[in-house]
Amino acid sequence: MTIARAASSRRSFLGHSYSLVGVVAALVILAWTLIAIFAPYIIPHSIGDIVDDDYFGPMRQGLWLGSDYLGRDMLSRVLMGARYTVGISLAAVSIACFSGVMLGMIAAVTGGWLDTCLSRFLDAMNSIPSKLFGLVVVAAVGSSIPALILTLAVIYIPGAYRFARALAVNINTMDFMTVARVRGESIAYLIGSEILPNIIRPVLADFGLRFVFIVLLLSGLSFLGLGLQPPLADWGALVRENIGALPFAAPAVIVPSLAIASLTISVNLLIDNLPQKIRDRDA
Amino acid sequence: MTSGVLNLVLKRLAIAVVTLLIVLFAVFFATSMLPGDTASILLGQAATPEAVAGLRDAMHLNDPAILRFLRWLLGLLHGDLGTSYANEMPVAALIGGRFVNTMKLAGITTLLSVPLALTLGITAAMLRGSLYDRTVTIVSIGVISVPEFMVATLAVLLFAVYLKWLPALSSVNEAHSLTDLVRIYAMPVITLTFVISAQMIRMTRAAVIETLSTPYVEMALLKGASRSRMVLRHALPNALGPIVNAVALSLSYLVGGVIIVETIFNYPGIAKLMVDAVATRDLPLIQSCAMIFCLGYLFLITVADIIAIMSNPRLR
Amino acid sequence: MSNLVEVRNLKIEAKTDAGRLVEIIKDVSLDIADGEIVALIGESGSGKTTVALSLMGYARPGCRITGGEINVSGRNMAALSEKERAKSRGTDIAYVPQSAAAAFNPSSTIMEQVIEVTRIHKLMPPEQARKRAVELFKALSLPDPEGIGARYPHQVSGGQLQRLAAAMALISDPKLVIFDEPTTALDVTTQIDVLKAFKSVMRAGGVAGVYVSHDLAVVAQIADRIVVLKGGEVQETGTTAQILSAARHPYTRELLAAFEPKPRQAHADADAGTKPLLRIDNVTAGYGAVRADGLPVIRAVNSVSLVVEKGRNLGVIGESGCGKSTLARVIAGIHPAAAGDIVFDGRELERTARKRSQEQLREMQIVFQYADTALNPAKPVEDIISRPLAFYHRLDRQARSKRVDELLDMVRLPRTLRYRHPSELSGGQKQRVNFARALAAHPKLIICDEITSALDTVVASAVIELLKELQRELGLSYIFISHDLSVVEAICDEIMVMYNGERVELITPDKVKASTHPYSKLLFSSVPKLDPTWLDGLVRDPELVSRYGHR
Repeated sequence: MTIARAASSRRSFLGHSYSLVGVVAALVILAWTLIAIFAPYIIPHSIGDIVDDDYFGPMRQGLWLGSDYLGRDMLSRVLMGARYTVGISLAAVSIACFSGVMLGMIAAVTGGWLDTCLSRFLDAMNSIPSKLFGLVVVAAVGSSIPALILTLAVIYIPGAYRFARALAVNINTMDFMTVARVRGESIAYLIGSEILPNIIRPVLADFGLRFVFIVLLLSGLSFLGLGLQPPLADWGALVRENIGALPFAAPAVIVPSLAIASLTISVNLLIDNLPQKIRDRDA
Repeated sequence: MTSGVLNLVLKRLAIAVVTLLIVLFAVFFATSMLPGDTASILLGQAATPEAVAGLRDAMHLNDPAILRFLRWLLGLLHGDLGTSYANEMPVAALIGGRFVNTMKLAGITTLLSVPLALTLGITAAMLRGSLYDRTVTIVSIGVISVPEFMVATLAVLLFAVYLKWLPALSSVNEAHSLTDLVRIYAMPVITLTFVISAQMIRMTRAAVIETLSTPYVEMALLKGASRSRMVLRHALPNALGPIVNAVALSLSYLVGGVIIVETIFNYPGIAKLMVDAVATRDLPLIQSCAMIFCLGYLFLITVADIIAIMSNPRLR
Repeated sequence: MSNLVEVRNLKIEAKTDAGRLVEIIKDVSLDIADGEIVALIGESGSGKTTVALSLMGYARPGCRITGGEINVSGRNMAALSEKERAKSRGTDIAYVPQSAAAAFNPSSTIMEQVIEVTRIHKLMPPEQARKRAVELFKALSLPDPEGIGARYPHQVSGGQLQRLAAAMALISDPKLVIFDEPTTALDVTTQIDVLKAFKSVMRAGGVAGVYVSHDLAVVAQIADRIVVLKGGEVQETGTTAQILSAARHPYTRELLAAFEPKPRQAHADADAGTKPLLRIDNVTAGYGAVRADGLPVIRAVNSVSLVVEKGRNLGVIGESGCGKSTLARVIAGIHPAAAGDIVFDGRELERTARKRSQEQLREMQIVFQYADTALNPAKPVEDIISRPLAFYHRLDRQARSKRVDELLDMVRLPRTLRYRHPSELSGGQKQRVNFARALAAHPKLIICDEITSALDTVVASAVIELLKELQRELGLSYIFISHDLSVVEAICDEIMVMYNGERVELITPDKVKASTHPYSKLLFSSVPKLDPTWLDGLVRDPELVSRYGHR
């Protein structure tokens, strides 16, 4: 019954089947990416300009999302905030997944003491709660943008490693790996040509999930005042700045929250509704 | 218990000890990367170079890192957590009462969220595909996808701003009656329960659904067993390991959640203490708080793994 | 209604991954009389299990009964509500699964699960049910009938679990028992015990049965009538004797033909058979900790020697756990030997593949049993076959492409298959691609590890024929590892029998009937024959069985 329902909401195109939810989620992600790239050219006001006499102003013409605690334009600040939230998270998740997946595949293929040491060490790092790890490292090295990117990346390398290694270990037990090994293939070939193509889909899904984790952690740190420092402001920092608006339920505190939620929920939904390649045997 | 199980449990405990050492070293190492010289920070800008050098000596800051790590470890074993830089009080004294507060918060949340999440997760798996299942799934995806502070702000908006049932801030010292207590804990606990349950529901549901597709559950169906018998007698006992793991992993979200929740609601626990310590760069305090959190987390996942090992019927 | 089971125009639909509906059972009708055992026979995908399960009103997830009637003792299972169906499951109709090991709940005792049916349907008090179970254990000649129920499934062997599953089905005195390939996963010497036990309890109780199998010889021993299925349709129905002696349908004849022994002509080549290509001397290998003398604690292969001559084939036969697959991996250098010498083409080989030269690796190829895991699912066929060409022979793109066509021709696959992925091929096609990859290296020796075991009988015999042809054309040598005597007989010049890691006997195919070693005798006599009287007439030396049988 469920299958029938799920199938009816899927459409097919070019040998792939899509679901409507997935398409909408992808469009939201695309929109935020474009905004992150072009934000400086499309913001109506400079983010530092005080344009409203009142603070926590309501939505109205000209100030589409109201004003913040200093009377600055919220729309411009949210659009620019996208740049920091999306940019920093994307950089961090790319570093984390690339290193984690490479290490994971190498560990799975080589095995032996390298695998044991690497796994033991990274598993230990994984058992430090991420937010705590973030707090400690930020306390130590500060919260410049490069420092934040590296910190976030380091926090999520163990998870990416563990995930990729588990997948690669499964692939490694397959007979085609044995065949390639007794053919005399190098480790680079085994990783790049035999393992990677088989794990790339789950790895990409994991990339998305980890991106969500990083957005959430970055926002959390900024919310605690330990992330991006003023005058720069990502979405988490915008919520923090304007938390005073909570009793009035002003857009200044609600909009950045919604921005975070729209991005993270979209990524999650996209992962759950990825286009599926239709590969029917000619039965 | 057979020797096989005992061996596995001992091995798991040994791994926990190794992990603990690595984690402690990581915490120590990260905090000693702090830029600036601790001695000069402590003495302020007016300090003479001689005074700074004297203090450095007294604090053993010139020793190699590994030696300082070992000394710190030795101190920990004696219950000496060091002295706070900020107000020169022993760290143990600063943490004491607040630790109890945090444990209370975590304890109440656990008691609430574990039964709630297990019930929701298992029933959703049983009624897979129903409206109920899809509602539970969508809500839990939603909660997982948003930051904890947003769940907290939504809770404030709903319960404190619109409904005006509860105060937005907590203050444990003013608790005189049961109603006070409920009002104080309600907000943080509601927020934390949401955050933790969502994760636990998803993982429990997945674990039960996976066991429901095994041949022995199909066999039970072909014996004429009812749906509830299939789930309760055949699927659940075998999903126990993964479920315990799900519970432990989700409880570890408590750590992250507590940091945000204590800050938002101004709850006097160690997480709030630690966030303040990070702001003032109070090294010994950060180290100790971080250590407590890591210990708690490690304890949870170790216990979960051991239960999973012991619940494996093949090892009986 | 005169028959216990009357199925009329049964239709079952399945949903493909893309959401398309496919009719997998098309208009099937069949009858089963009281006390009659009917076999459903066919290759994988023929729908035999689907039909059998539908008798319980059950279709696996993704499948749906869309039409027809399934009358079992007067009730139409297709039209009943799920609750009503559940009432007859376990009581009127019981099921014995293919893999009892997977169908027993690992976290509950065997006795609990055997008597669960009586609890669910409140048939008798638990005490009485336990007594009845012990009686059944005795009737099924299980060892320790009083105590076996207290154990957990993982503490009992596969053959015993299969009989325990039968006890679980029979405890409620059902009118009909469905056996779903219940002996397929067992070794031949165990299979006989299980078959005998099934046959005697079914006969004693006068219970009707449906026996699903792909193996005509097994079915011949137990069934009164045979229904041949293919592509979700009934091809032919008849009594066992009719089907075996006077099959009308071409597909049934094909199935029967796969059983005909096709002895290999003796080698005419004067050149071949003179020089040894591979010689291994006293090779020992195993697992676990290494003792002081350098040998492993658990020995899978114990001091085995063998010789393969150029252009000749050696068969290695034995039951699961006898060390034959480990031997293959030792020779290929995948599992390094702990002791002994391997001499290939006159040169001593290193024990691990990593230390062997590229040329040595190229000349000895290994082909595995499961083409599903031996072919990288992420690559198209042409990439799979052309990799050895690039790696060993450094052919350029154009030369590779030409050679891939030639290789596909050699293994009798259409050239257009080169663009497909392994998941888009049938089992037999995959195994041919698997073999083409080995050929691409241009080897002197190919080690075939159970390469036909996962294939249907008809497909397997076609693959064997292909291997023989290629050998004639290319002058290859094979080491053929199998548990299936007929396969080894068909292709090998010499047969080595292994038991418990040791070489028991080396004989030529024509001498199989005159084997001298007691284990070989037991093994060879346990292979089912198409003759329906074979099982009843089989007399086995109980001492031999207790010495070598794997219970």
